[in-house]
Amino acid sequence: MNGLETLPAWAAVIVICLLVLGGAIVLIGALGLMRLPTFYQRIHGPAITVTLGAGAILIASMVYFTAAQSRLVVHELLITLFIMMTAPVVSMLIMRVAVYRDLRGRKGGFAGEGDVYRQPTTAQDRPDTK
Amino acid sequence: MLLPFPYLSTALLLCWLLLNQSLEPAQILLGMLLAVAIPLLTRSLLPLPRARVRRPWLLLRLLAVSMVEIVRSCLSVSRIILFRRSRGIHSQFIRVPLDLRDPYGLALLSCLINCTPGTVWVEILPGTHDLALHIFDLQDEQWWIDTIKSQYERPLIEIFEG
Repeated sequence: MNGLETLPAWAAVIVICLLVLGGAIVLIGALGLMRLPTFYQRIHGPAITVTLGAGAILIASMVYFTAAQSRLVVHELLITLFIMMTAPVVSMLIMRVAVYRDLRGRKGGFAGEGDVYRQPTTAQDRPDTK
Repeated sequence: MLLPFPYLSTALLLCWLLLNQSLEPAQILLGMLLAVAIPLLTRSLLPLPRARVRRPWLLLRLLAVSMVEIVRSCLSVSRIILFRRSRGIHSQFIRVPLDLRDPYGLALLSCLINCTPGTVWVEILPGTHDLALHIFDLQDEQWWIDTIKSQYERPLIEIFEG
């Protein structure tokens, strides 16, 4: 990539810090996806990836290209916008599918009489030992 | 009103200019054309009448507050994933009674809650106005209910219903 040598030091420091932060957050999110035991906990892992992880990397990209090309490069904001609009909807849909399948199906119909759902204790969803 | 959808048109024009990365008059003209045409063409897809935002500044403040909250929750969820034993994580569904009725307000509330790591909106329980919410690590149910009602719901009621 051209412009790497001419990148000013202050920009390089910001970009490096943001990339390390973003990379670490994405890694932690993936780790959570891997080691959390139940589905309802695993759904929270990717949430940090799409918010702070993607956010830090996108800001790093904006700072890098703005400093390297000496003009304002902010079209990454569009990526942020679309992630912010789609990720919540997707996680809500996945959650609802799981709830409908797991909890309602198992009890033979949820009447909506006012119980918050109970935590699933099915065998395949809970590893007994590590 | 000059434009049928002023907010949507402005957002579309900004999107177009960002996408093309230019402020040339030709691009602005084309963007304005699209910004007027797209809302008119897709009007029949809108299931509800247009949202009325009463206090835009409050909306911006709410978004800023939620941004801070997202970063804080990110860090606490990361800490839990890294350092807590899986058995010690107390994940649970809770129930939050809502006073907000406006569909646009509810949509925004669900997006904000789902964007915040550690909480996932499940649904409004059928036949009630109660929200089922899944919390990654539940310590104090009342604290969550109070936080959501005071930090998110009250501003949204003022913005969309006030």
